[in-house]
Amino acid sequence: MTINMGPQHPATHGVLRLVLELDGEVIVKAVPHIGHLHRGVEKLAESKTYHQVIPLTDRLDYTNAMGNNLGYVLAVEKLLGIEVPKRAQYLRVMMAELQRIAAHLIWLGTHALDIGAMTLLFYNFREREEILKIFEEVAGGRLTPTYMRIGGVSKDLPDGITDKIKDFVQAFPDHVKEYETLLTKNVIWLNRTKGVGIISKEDAINWGMTGPSLRGSGVKYDVRKAFPYSSYDEFDFDIPIGSVGDVYDRYIVRLREMGWSNAIVEQTLERLPKGPFIANDPRITLPPKEDVMGDIASLIRQFKIVSEGFQPPKGEVYASVEASKGELGYYLVSDGSNRPLRMRIRPPSFLNLSALPKMIEGSLIADVISAIGSIDIVLGEIDR
Amino acid sequence: MAETNFALKKLQEKFPDSILEVKIFRDEVNITVQRKNIFEICKFLYLDSDLQYQMLTDLCAVDYFPESPRFEVVYLLYSMKNKHRLRLKIKVGESESVSSVESIWKAADWLEREVYDLFGIPFDNHPDLRRILLWDGYEGHPLRKDFPVEGPDFGKPFVPEV
Repeated sequence: MTINMGPQHPATHGVLRLVLELDGEVIVKAVPHIGHLHRGVEKLAESKTYHQVIPLTDRLDYTNAMGNNLGYVLAVEKLLGIEVPKRAQYLRVMMAELQRIAAHLIWLGTHALDIGAMTLLFYNFREREEILKIFEEVAGGRLTPTYMRIGGVSKDLPDGITDKIKDFVQAFPDHVKEYETLLTKNVIWLNRTKGVGIISKEDAINWGMTGPSLRGSGVKYDVRKAFPYSSYDEFDFDIPIGSVGDVYDRYIVRLREMGWSNAIVEQTLERLPKGPFIANDPRITLPPKEDVMGDIASLIRQFKIVSEGFQPPKGEVYASVEASKGELGYYLVSDGSNRPLRMRIRPPSFLNLSALPKMIEGSLIADVISAIGSIDIVLGEIDR
Repeated sequence: MAETNFALKKLQEKFPDSILEVKIFRDEVNITVQRKNIFEICKFLYLDSDLQYQMLTDLCAVDYFPESPRFEVVYLLYSMKNKHRLRLKIKVGESESVSSVESIWKAADWLEREVYDLFGIPFDNHPDLRRILLWDGYEGHPLRKDFPVEGPDFGKPFVPEV
């Protein structure tokens, strides 16, 4: 029997359509169909200046906007060869890690909801709301903050926000314990996740999986450690890995990862350097807003950068970050004009999803739900 | 950079005639190789015990219209053992095809389908070469430079068949 799941289905986390071929309750073949959310971001980027592309990146994986911004600005900075001030690097790390916690909280809540543990969602969204409030104060936006700028960040921290972040950081480890009491040793949870959706180490690498989904299979690969960017080498953190590569391992990896992200945020708060929050390169970076209002030279600079952009040298670069879903890479090709000749986004969810049939073929139909939840896909990023 | 030169040196020893160009930009090495040898080169990089490029991080294409040959297919490989990335490129003309590397890395399955969908570059020996982001029956390949951003049907009235 062949059944169709999605594209409108609450457990597919977006508009994913799966065609499942069944033998009784066992899946013989699973074929994912994607593209329902294709907006042509890569094509659009070719007709925009480098600054104008930043808001587009927010809308890829909409649960991880800060991380998407970061990957893009790193690629442009590599192309230009400019240095970013230390304070900006720390601010970026702080926001990216808070965003990682928020993204993992959505994942945990919805994943647990799919399997039947409804309580957790409310706890998760309570903490996520705190993070979004912080983002609102820092960047002005909640879901799509567009906080990063080429050469730094858009604004410095507002007064009093560090205390709020500190409060969050101090309270968060206890909240993680709360989640754990609900799930980690829960018999129903164990039955639904242990030994389900297994993918081996070799297969996970061969399928190009990255992020917590790869680390659940026991591969210690994290872009933050393998190719440290934005001063990640100065922070003290570990990379949790699983052993079996089932849904439960991926759950444990993400849960531990939230704890380490929290620790990184704490370290950025303690060691936040003083100094400018954006590089001062008259050709590339935007001038401070007060100056734009005050003197004509800065006004011209702002106008030139916003209307014409800048012209990076001819060449191509690849820069990647560890987004909440995995390795998010940007491959930029410049022909020397003010618009990218090609912007390729390497979406982690896309490759993680391509391994889904491998995980679920041969297992029961009810396990599809937990397997989809465990690879943590966001269709905005898969379809671009 | 020593590691880079190592991978490059091995390639130059093994495939002396296939390497067309080596370019270094921002410490990233770009190796352009001949289109017909891409499968053998990838297989070698994957299997060689010193290199072990086990992961195909990305596979994409770039359109350099109106240059000829117009396309470039780019392979980004990663070696867990050496913690090293390598970028291979091949030049592909308008009506040429590329051998699929799906039998080496499963990751290439969807990535090649995407290149086929958005650029119209066919891959030989691919098990399931269908459109992936756009629907079957869609006309044109949107990431080509001669495809308008608004789409070819922009401004035309849409009358559904009743």
